[in-house]
Amino acid sequence: MSDATHTGGGQRRTSLTVADARTKRRNATEKRFRIYGLSAICAGMFFLVVLMSAILTNGLGAFQQTFIEVPVYLDPAKLDKQGGRDPEQLAKVSTFGYAPLVQNGLFQLVSDAGIETPYDSAKDMKALISASAAAQVRDWTLKNPDRIGDTVSFDILASSRVDGYLKGRVSRDGITQDKNIDAGHLDLVDALRTQGALHKGFNWDFVLGADASESRAEQAGLGVSMLGSLFMMLVVLFLALPIGVAASIYLEEFAPTNWFTDFIEVNISNLAAVPSIVFGILGLAVFIQFVHLPQSAPIVGGLTLTLMTLPTIVISTRAALKAVPPSIRNAALGVGASKMQSVFHHVLPLAMPGILTGTIIGLAQALGETAPLLLIGMVGYIATNYPDGVISGFMSPNSAMPAQIYEWAKRADPAYYERAWGGIIVLLVFLLVMNVLAVLLRRKFERRW
Amino acid sequence: MYDAPLRNANVEALNTKIAAKDVQVYYGDTHAIKDVSVNLLDNTVTAFIGPSGCGKSTFLRCLNRMNDTIDICRVEGLISLDDEDIYDKRVDPVQLRAKVGMVFQKPNPFPKSIYDNVAYGPKIHGMAKSKAELDEIVEKALRRAAIWNEVKDRLHAPGTGLSGGQQQRLCIARAIATEPEVLLMDEPCSALDPIATAQVEELIDELRTNYSVVIVTHSMQQAARVSQKTAFFHLGNLVEYGETSQIFTNPVDPRTESYITGRIG
Repeated sequence: MSDATHTGGGQRRTSLTVADARTKRRNATEKRFRIYGLSAICAGMFFLVVLMSAILTNGLGAFQQTFIEVPVYLDPAKLDKQGGRDPEQLAKVSTFGYAPLVQNGLFQLVSDAGIETPYDSAKDMKALISASAAAQVRDWTLKNPDRIGDTVSFDILASSRVDGYLKGRVSRDGITQDKNIDAGHLDLVDALRTQGALHKGFNWDFVLGADASESRAEQAGLGVSMLGSLFMMLVVLFLALPIGVAASIYLEEFAPTNWFTDFIEVNISNLAAVPSIVFGILGLAVFIQFVHLPQSAPIVGGLTLTLMTLPTIVISTRAALKAVPPSIRNAALGVGASKMQSVFHHVLPLAMPGILTGTIIGLAQALGETAPLLLIGMVGYIATNYPDGVISGFMSPNSAMPAQIYEWAKRADPAYYERAWGGIIVLLVFLLVMNVLAVLLRRKFERRW
Repeated sequence: MYDAPLRNANVEALNTKIAAKDVQVYYGDTHAIKDVSVNLLDNTVTAFIGPSGCGKSTFLRCLNRMNDTIDICRVEGLISLDDEDIYDKRVDPVQLRAKVGMVFQKPNPFPKSIYDNVAYGPKIHGMAKSKAELDEIVEKALRRAAIWNEVKDRLHAPGTGLSGGQQQRLCIARAIATEPEVLLMDEPCSALDPIATAQVEELIDELRTNYSVVIVTHSMQQAARVSQKTAFFHLGNLVEYGETSQIFTNPVDPRTESYITGRIG
């Protein structure tokens, strides 16, 4: 327009090569903002590195365990007094019958090697070996009764103090007050190590085994509580996914917008923000006290976590459905598809990546949840036996990975502290796998429109 | 009503396909369509023109009950297809939409293959008993939509990978694959370049032999080129309805004249 040319001609001409004050100021602001962003990311990375290195340095030790190779003489006079190798008779001998044999074996090993010790009886050396050794030897012997009378070499778990000494957790200064072990034992450990009777190996028991009592930290494992977590996740997956997705599809695609659906929507958002411990006490009141489901059972944990996960799944599913352009729905309706056909043939496949991601994130959240489990009794010395089958997997008392970690962290023996960190590594690996799965599924189902 | 004498004057052999009488549409409290009465003829292209927000798209969406999907939208009055009230309680809108196809403003192919896009409608309506029959329907629809030659070698490529004009013709093929009786087109060329527009317009003219076509357009040239009948909407009223040539050369209503000559709009 002519007006513009007039004012334009009246303006002071400036060179493009010289930035004016205003431009300089704007550029400086942008630069500052970039620096803020970059430093925020650096801070985040720094904390991540600190966290990871703390977890790894503290927890990796749990995957290594010290073993002592002890030749044990399976004394027929003690184990099979009748001499018939009758399984029933053999089973009558408890671990108390086996413990002295293991201790004698160690005593024999020490004296054969010519190691000088202040101890003159086998019993004095029992501080070196795990209390689980007798059970280990007994289990083996009951399976191989024909070997009674032979001397068999067993890889026996060293006690947690010995293990700690080899890992640098237990020092000579630190044990002056310790009634479980004394300096002489540590001398013996050093001597056995030079002999080669002591070795460290990968600790399968930690990954696959059951929890152990307070006094046998070296034996405790995460395997049973891992199964507990698995059964809980199955419950969550098979309840929360269908219920959550069905609810979101109904709310997003079919429900009329009125005060009632608004009310439901507000409540779902609020539920997502409810502290998980509230769901725990709800689970206790409803599933255990009212429905009388068994205490500490993964089914109850699964149901409680389902309640907790539902809002997450509903919210992410609704977001995924909302992101599908309305033109797709119109297109389907335009060719005479019913509402249901338009949703199930067109909208849902497009929303699938979002729904799956939301579900997996929800599951990962549930997998790491501890607080509700405390209230329904899934914490404590309970993850001690493998479930007998699928039904028992759901119904018999068990713990879950995070609850097991919590349980270990509060036990007195420092060996349990190491195991708690180790458990965190396992948990993080699971979460990482689930997140990678979410990304992969997202890639696989992603389509452009 | 201004259109009443015109309609009577237009005595042609063509049948009325869709008859609307005293149609009112409300969006919540907004009265979007006021007292619209119009008879749309068979084998005719009818253009709806008018400034933005005048209600022409809203009225178009009433004809296949797409407005049902909007919660706050309320339609009153009588709209009949072949003398059957389409807002009758017994009418299933899904069945109606199979008879009254629709093409939208923005090309919206499904994110599926070209073949699946066209085959979807016939599939859900059970129009093909065998794969061969379905192939035939798909080919026929694509041929009639004048896109067959361009896509016959890549029927299983995604429909979203086509150019804008091709996508729109694919959408038209999809709409006519279900053998509708009426085809509603809501500004089908607004997202297309002139060449694609010309192709689609040619197509619309051909479709007239089989269908009653209703097209909403912002381009008066387009309305003049493709339609036989034109309806001019303004502020929710149907101001004038008549032969296209008459509307563009000799409009009765001063508002129509102002719009056509570019003074309102």
